[in-house]
Amino acid sequence: MSFSEIEKNWYPEGVERCSLGKFMKWLAVLGVVALYGFFAMLVCFTYGLGVTGLDNYFGFGLWITFDLAVIALGAGAFFTGLLRYIIRIDELKNIINLTVIKGFICYSGAMLILSLDVGQPIRSWFGYWHPNVHSMLTEVIFCITCYLMVLIIEYVPLILEQKQINKIPFLHNLAHQMHVVMPLFAGIGAFLSTFHQGSLGGMYGVMFARPYAFRDGFFIWPWTFFLFVLSAISTGPCMTVLICGFMEKVTGRKLTTYRIKSLMCKIGGTMLLIYMVFKYLDTWAWINDILPRAGLTFDQMFYGLVYGRWLFFTELVICLLVPVIFLLTPLRKKPFFMYSGAILACAGVVINRYVFTVQALAQPVLPFTKWEIYSPNWAEWATSLMVIAYGFIIMSLSYRYLPIFPQEVGLNKK
Amino acid sequence: MSGQKKEFPITWGMVIDIDKCTGCGACMASCQTENNVEPQRDASNKLRSTSWMTVYELTNGKSYPDHDIAYLPRPCQQCGNPPCVSVCPVIATEKNENGGIVSQVYPRCIGCRYCVAACPYHVRYFGWFDPVWPEGMEKTLSPLTSVRPRGVVEKCSFCHHRWTLAKDAARAAGKDPEDLADGAYVTSCVQNCPSGALAFGDLKNPKHKVHELIKSPYAYRLLERLGTDTQVYYISRREWVRKLGDNYLKSE
Repeated sequence: MSFSEIEKNWYPEGVERCSLGKFMKWLAVLGVVALYGFFAMLVCFTYGLGVTGLDNYFGFGLWITFDLAVIALGAGAFFTGLLRYIIRIDELKNIINLTVIKGFICYSGAMLILSLDVGQPIRSWFGYWHPNVHSMLTEVIFCITCYLMVLIIEYVPLILEQKQINKIPFLHNLAHQMHVVMPLFAGIGAFLSTFHQGSLGGMYGVMFARPYAFRDGFFIWPWTFFLFVLSAISTGPCMTVLICGFMEKVTGRKLTTYRIKSLMCKIGGTMLLIYMVFKYLDTWAWINDILPRAGLTFDQMFYGLVYGRWLFFTELVICLLVPVIFLLTPLRKKPFFMYSGAILACAGVVINRYVFTVQALAQPVLPFTKWEIYSPNWAEWATSLMVIAYGFIIMSLSYRYLPIFPQEVGLNKK
Repeated sequence: MSGQKKEFPITWGMVIDIDKCTGCGACMASCQTENNVEPQRDASNKLRSTSWMTVYELTNGKSYPDHDIAYLPRPCQQCGNPPCVSVCPVIATEKNENGGIVSQVYPRCIGCRYCVAACPYHVRYFGWFDPVWPEGMEKTLSPLTSVRPRGVVEKCSFCHHRWTLAKDAARAAGKDPEDLADGAYVTSCVQNCPSGALAFGDLKNPKHKVHELIKSPYAYRLLERLGTDTQVYYISRREWVRKLGDNYLKSE
């Protein structure tokens, strides 16, 4: 029996997959991108971060924007887990596996970038050993690590359910037992993830000498803490739907029903509406209270094209108000509006993370300093693309060999 | 605006008379040599070069004959309420008991650059490459200041090692090391300023000149309204210079 025949025995029960040759070509393309990024990573480790486009003005750049964005978009995992296992929206069982894998990819990818981004990667453990309890970043370090562990625990039973692995009685039972305790981990995951999503927002909100990002406190937290949580849990489900839709397009197979995707978008849209109300209030308070206190005006927050007002209006209107309408009205029944709404919501959160990371640093606070422009270079792009390629590889392998979509067989019956 | 201010019995501070500063850059050069800042590979890139002390050029923006310029030397402002300290995840930077000087512990810094993001004065510098001294130049290294590896954040420490030396000298002379005479401990930039624009001392000690200087009606601090509460004061008799110390709305 040839290898390609054997490989067919690894597929989940009753599904069809493309030929092995085609799949290998797909992996090869992704592998080239990943290898190029790996090369850039080695260059960064060997020569130092001087090979990047970062400088003393922009200590944070593409990498941190990328991290914040993928972590927000990966939030589908914890929030969907909470809805599925704790609030018991049973229908979500048809998409929960995808959200877990997406979460794992996003968080492990972010960890990979973070290990590159610190100047002394072998000292990263200092975050646990010498923690500063006042630093939001300490909380992020602890929560992201713990939550990645939770995601691994959630991902393992999926791997154990692979057809051949599942034939081993011990691993079959282990997978079953892990499923039994999964609500516990869903709860822990939701708790950890909520806090670090908030802490990522808090990281910016506590920079009291940077009026672009600084926000006042609600109890001990700056209110960016809550805005980041809300924006993450609203766009996370939308991102899951987009990934699912993309996979359906690429594979040519139905993976979940439109009803499930529509439900996810409805959940995302509802959270987006709540986020929108608070974000508008936040913006109003920022313009009328925080900026005047710092002696600054709204107009001084924008400069040129890369820091232009268009970003502000795109984020707050086109990528917030418009997707709320698309996702929460009967328009959602039409795929065009549903997918457009999801894309706009996700784009909005990326813009939000970009302006908080880069524009907040570019905006001159000292009256005699000027706006500075930051542009990431090849090393930052290549490593970021490496993480995207890594995500595609994990997702491709998972789709091909693991039973991710319970509805796939039924939906594709000829 | 945020955080709590710690009080210290000795509060080292600097007073910079902008009207006396000629912008010669002697303070920058002396700081570089005193603190073992490596020779810059490409000093034309001001966003990448390391200069714990930087001289900014200020202008009133008017054309001749009303045109006027001023030079503003900028060391670490040693904030009373430092934006950088609370954010550091590993307590590599701290506002400790040492005269209110914001410390930077190089062996503990992980290089996350959160402090760089938090500081509005741009006083923090990151080691982008391994420090390299041209052959023979390593002999100019000061034995009193550590050389930083790449990947950590560094900044002005008010030549903290000089305080240690001054205390040792006071002990040897049978004097109280906690009550140094004015001028017993000064930073290298203050010592080498040819125009006498820079003064240094204990802001709380009435026997020190800076104690009086900060009471000048022309004294101000940078970004005072943000609440960083710095220990570096500036003096200028020119109103437009003082106004450039903080952001003002048109209505103010």
